[in-house]
Amino acid sequence: MANVAVHKREPLVRIAKRDSMPLWQSILIRVLSIVLALVVCGVIIYMLIKVNPLEVYKSMVEGAFGAFKEDYKFFNRRTWITIRDTMMLLCIAVGLAPAFKMRFWNIGAEGQILVGGIATAACMIYLKNLPPVLLFICMIGASLLAGALWSLLPAIFKAKWNTNETLFTLMMNYVAIQLTSFFVALWENPFGSNTVGIINPTGKEGWFPPVFGLDYLMNVIVVMTITVGMFIYLKYSKQGYEISVVGDSENTARYAGINVKKVIIRTMLISGAICGLSGFVAVSGASHTISVNTAGGKGFTAIIVAWLAKFNTFTMILISLLLVFLDKGAIEIASKYDLNDYVASMITGIILFFILGSEFFVNYRMIFRSKEKEVQ
Amino acid sequence: MKKLIALILAILMVASLAACGGTDTATKDEAGTSSDFKMGVILVGDENEGYTYAHIEGIKEAAAALGLADDQIIWKYTIPEDETCYDTAADLADQGCDLVISNSYGHQSHMQQAATEFPEVTFIAMTGDTAKASGLPNFCNAFTAVYESRFVSGVVAGMKIKELVDAGKLEDDNFDADGNVKVGYVGAYPYAEVKSGYTAFFLGIKSVYDKVSMSVQFTNSWFDLTKEGETANQLLSQGCVIICQHADSTGAPSAVQAALEKGDVCYSVGYNIDMLEVAPDAALTSATNVWSVYYKEAIGAAMNGEAVPTNWAEGYAKEAVAITPLGESCAEGTQEKVDEVIAAIKAGELHVFDIETFTVGGKKVESAFATDTDGDFVPDADEAVFDGYFHESYFQSAPCFALDIDGITLLN
Repeated sequence: MANVAVHKREPLVRIAKRDSMPLWQSILIRVLSIVLALVVCGVIIYMLIKVNPLEVYKSMVEGAFGAFKEDYKFFNRRTWITIRDTMMLLCIAVGLAPAFKMRFWNIGAEGQILVGGIATAACMIYLKNLPPVLLFICMIGASLLAGALWSLLPAIFKAKWNTNETLFTLMMNYVAIQLTSFFVALWENPFGSNTVGIINPTGKEGWFPPVFGLDYLMNVIVVMTITVGMFIYLKYSKQGYEISVVGDSENTARYAGINVKKVIIRTMLISGAICGLSGFVAVSGASHTISVNTAGGKGFTAIIVAWLAKFNTFTMILISLLLVFLDKGAIEIASKYDLNDYVASMITGIILFFILGSEFFVNYRMIFRSKEKEVQ
Repeated sequence: MKKLIALILAILMVASLAACGGTDTATKDEAGTSSDFKMGVILVGDENEGYTYAHIEGIKEAAAALGLADDQIIWKYTIPEDETCYDTAADLADQGCDLVISNSYGHQSHMQQAATEFPEVTFIAMTGDTAKASGLPNFCNAFTAVYESRFVSGVVAGMKIKELVDAGKLEDDNFDADGNVKVGYVGAYPYAEVKSGYTAFFLGIKSVYDKVSMSVQFTNSWFDLTKEGETANQLLSQGCVIICQHADSTGAPSAVQAALEKGDVCYSVGYNIDMLEVAPDAALTSATNVWSVYYKEAIGAAMNGEAVPTNWAEGYAKEAVAITPLGESCAEGTQEKVDEVIAAIKAGELHVFDIETFTVGGKKVESAFATDTDGDFVPDADEAVFDGYFHESYFQSAPCFALDIDGITLLN
């Protein structure tokens, strides 16, 4: 009688790592999280502006894909702009993927985009008399080179002296911003505007040419090529395998005879070059100008894209689309319901919070204190 | 099983939200109006930023006067000066806008691109200067003749200086070697718009009290609270009695107010907004634009299907510029003097850039060009000096007076 086992009180919820989860289940969790996010946003929207949340969501869709009128065509201007911006974000995220997979925290995409953009703009301004094909080769080459050089510096320091790449790449961003200000002042047009203005507005030298009459199809072609290429590179090439080994454990990599320094430098060159190329896409394919806002925080947003997609470049397409959709939708509802921009950012924030939160439930399971124990 | 219940619950919640919100949206669409005119407004900021706020108020006032309903105006806030501006302008045209207005200089080239593409829509790039050169009939610029109100705010400052000198309140360091009273100016950029502004202000002072000299320090920013404050302090430490500004923040007036409270003799003349709230004792007045005058004219023309003027620049003649109510520190008789000067400007008797009132390199200016045609930023066409004065904002709406006149020193 005296020796009754003392029951330790079991907490209400315990958290345990999941081994694996069927695909349908993980998809369901993610979809549910978005639905939940929309419900929460709905409540907030209703509290703030007393408008039917479904109307608001409809406006968001219209903001990204065009107003639903009788003669609605899916491929209208807004849809194309959404596609263009998605491709831009995707391109940067694809550029970040190899670095992050190697656990090299390249948060210098902003700067790499800017120097790529500067290189492109320089070609557009100084080489506009070249034949178009040659001009494009110059622009692509210059932007790749600029981005690669911008990432080479932190890569060498990381490989040789193991410096902190997070701080290094971050600080390179500020250098790039100053450099951009310098070139904006140099190319200022018209004088006094403190902007470069649209480059080559009449001859459109160095602008992405329309493909099949579509202004932004070229962006899709360029970025999708890189996306598919990066997928194959990471998944099927020897170098891609080396990247993931170095990312998992440098010691293992060294033991397996991988030259870690070489892999770090090579991977960062590729990462920077693609980010530089997205500067080319931004300048030549979208804005046709250069300013300190050319990167506009996309280099940081792309980090979220790369992480959420777990470095799978095809998943990145969906995530980029979602983020751009949220952005366009937010702008539309701010305009339509005369809201401040911040309300729109709040909605985006809530949705992102839920999406990130869903990853927790995908990776961990909650074990509730239950009757099952007694059965055992 | 639990998951299924959760799913059903979630769907129910969404559905119930839809149900409770469904009733009050119907009212929004019923407020149709007789006119099918629609306009879009592209703004660089939102109502929290002084410059944009002034434009929003101007458009709202014009809309009310013209009987435009709320749903005839599509507002686009915080549109950056990049391709987003073009995208937005094109999108507004797609939505059936007959008129699209942008309020920042940097929007201009993107608006022009949209104007080329949508010839049936009128595009107005406020404060811009390329409409005439573009040759597009549907692309317009507008600016107020703010140099007139700058001049008048200079008169207010001149009256104060005269009062201070007469009362013997100034110290030795308030005068330069030649016995001129020191005035300081916090400028944004060394561009024509800023130069035109401070020269007009300086000439306004001189029209009342001739023995003054002015130092101009640029901040290289349109809006920088801290830097404008610091620059004002620098100018004050050099003995400046009046600090005027071409910058959008309240940094300089606040600094002057603080110095005044410490016992220095110094006063502030602002720009765009009434500064009395931040500098109740130091602020004399501010030169401002009255945008609603232009918006009434331009929107009204567009509504009636008439052409909007390619270059519009009006001042006191149409009440498109003004100075804010005078502060309590203003000298006695300032209001009377101000009314007199405004009346003379309106009557065409007084010209701000009268060539008899200033010299460049010790010589009277007989010739100066207004327009740059070959893109080297040096005006080379349109003789602006005739009938005895420099014709500011005459050939194009944006300011173009870029001469460095005697008596003004640029510190950087």
